[in-house]
Amino acid sequence: MIRAEAVHKRYGLAEVLKGITLEVAPREVMCLLGPSGSGKSTFLRCINHLEKINSGRLYVDGSLVGYQERGGRLHELREREVCRRRTEIGMVFQRFNLFPHMTALENVVIAPVLVKKEAKTAAATRARALLDRVGLSNKVDAYPNQLSGGQQQRVAIARALAMQPKLMLFDEPTSALDPELVGEVLDVMRALAEEGMTMIVVTHEIGFAREVGDTLVFIDEGVVVEAGVPREVIANPQHERTKAFLSKVF
Amino acid sequence: MTIDSVEGHRPEEIRAVPLRHPGRWVATAVLLVLAAMLVHDIVTNPRFGWGVVGNYFFATPVVDGVEKTLELTFVAMAIGVVLGVLFAVMRLSPNPILSGAAWLYIWFFRGTPVYVQLLFWYVIAVLQPTISIGIPFGPEFVHMSANTIVTPFVAALLGLGLNEGAYYAEIVRAGILSVDHGQFEAAQSLGMRRAPLMRRVVLPQAMRVIVPPTGNETISMLKTTSLAVVVTYPELLYQTENIAARTFETIPLYIMASFWYLLMTTVLTMGQYYVERYYARGTSYALPPTPIQRIRRNLTTLRRVPLSPTGLGGL
Repeated sequence: MIRAEAVHKRYGLAEVLKGITLEVAPREVMCLLGPSGSGKSTFLRCINHLEKINSGRLYVDGSLVGYQERGGRLHELREREVCRRRTEIGMVFQRFNLFPHMTALENVVIAPVLVKKEAKTAAATRARALLDRVGLSNKVDAYPNQLSGGQQQRVAIARALAMQPKLMLFDEPTSALDPELVGEVLDVMRALAEEGMTMIVVTHEIGFAREVGDTLVFIDEGVVVEAGVPREVIANPQHERTKAFLSKVF
Repeated sequence: MTIDSVEGHRPEEIRAVPLRHPGRWVATAVLLVLAAMLVHDIVTNPRFGWGVVGNYFFATPVVDGVEKTLELTFVAMAIGVVLGVLFAVMRLSPNPILSGAAWLYIWFFRGTPVYVQLLFWYVIAVLQPTISIGIPFGPEFVHMSANTIVTPFVAALLGLGLNEGAYYAEIVRAGILSVDHGQFEAAQSLGMRRAPLMRRVVLPQAMRVIVPPTGNETISMLKTTSLAVVVTYPELLYQTENIAARTFETIPLYIMASFWYLLMTTVLTMGQYYVERYYARGTSYALPPTPIQRIRRNLTTLRRVPLSPTGLGGL
């Protein structure tokens, strides 16, 4: 589903990603772990081309992200094509980023109607089903600021799912939540994983990574330090930096 | 530390002697005296010519001028808003030619007095006697005299509208910049392209920042239309000066014009209040009631709950 080959990303002189190489299989749940500033969020944002990579190759579903290779050269994709590819990738943000001037339902309906040209009534029916699935059928007409953080994040997940993506990216989805609200969001994500969604999750929730994740990748200073089956990496980290990080998180 | 959670033990209500404010009494007295002096002068000074004010208030040329002032205000403002949004979006475009062109436009029209711009449009025929439509530097199909196209109304519209566009562009730009960057990313990640992203996600949120200065600009525009006197467009002030030139009742007529302007700006101010409320959707838990709602609520609470136990009325 995703193949990253020596992905590098610079901001000015600061190199944030220094050669990330990894592969995500369909239906796999990969958890990215690492200290803040390690580049894990940046990597996530490169996958749907919110950030351009400086070198290396990044493939989603077999095609290059943001470029097309013709005659041995890379050509930038047109906006239309970049946007079409993004519709196949759902993204959930740390700060929810719901559209505050729209109700929960409108938040979920807008992209299918505007981007995929779905009929409004059909999109609304599906949106209600999605909101029901994340346990918010009674909050359909609420504005984001009338919802708790956990509820907002569940609307955000429903909004991303409304585009029927093949892949979901989660950028620290529970980091901005009060502790008692973390569970409800993780439950939704767990259910999604059980249905076979391919997911990449940047998280600090070690428990979630261990129970739901198929692979755990530990990233530090822009490189993959260690990767493997979550249970094993957590129980028996091989690398010093992984050990140090895990000891702080637990 | 001890915690006593037994209910029922409630100390008596505090009934303190309120703080006295002698300064307020002094200020009230001073202001009352000044107000009385002002009213006395207004009523007794014959030079105000209140009768003349009343006589001309609904005179045909005056009402006609008021209509033209309103028309000019709204059309010029509409031009300003359309140009403003266009140039603001251009200015934030990643395309350097577009953003440069927008910068140049704003620089020029904001940097010269609107009075001078109006004068220029008025004498445009001197600079450009004919206006033609055709292929640039090639054959021309239609010729027209500039004087027939640029009538006083068109000159006033161009002068006021183009100038407003430059100011409004900056207001819209401020609004767009006020929208959280996460909103752009969320919309992009859903596959939205730039145009729908702006129209459906960013601009509605920018409106909250844009609307108050828009009210300001509209009110300012309404008053600035009086400069259209220089292009001989017969709006309110032009008509007023016309009558004054005939009757020499200058002061009462200017007072009359001022009342009309004040009346119109008051209506606009009230309109702005409701537009702001509309765009405040989703920004606070509950909007404060409108004056009408407040009056209605007060009436119902008076009738139903003479004194509620919480002291908060019927809220």
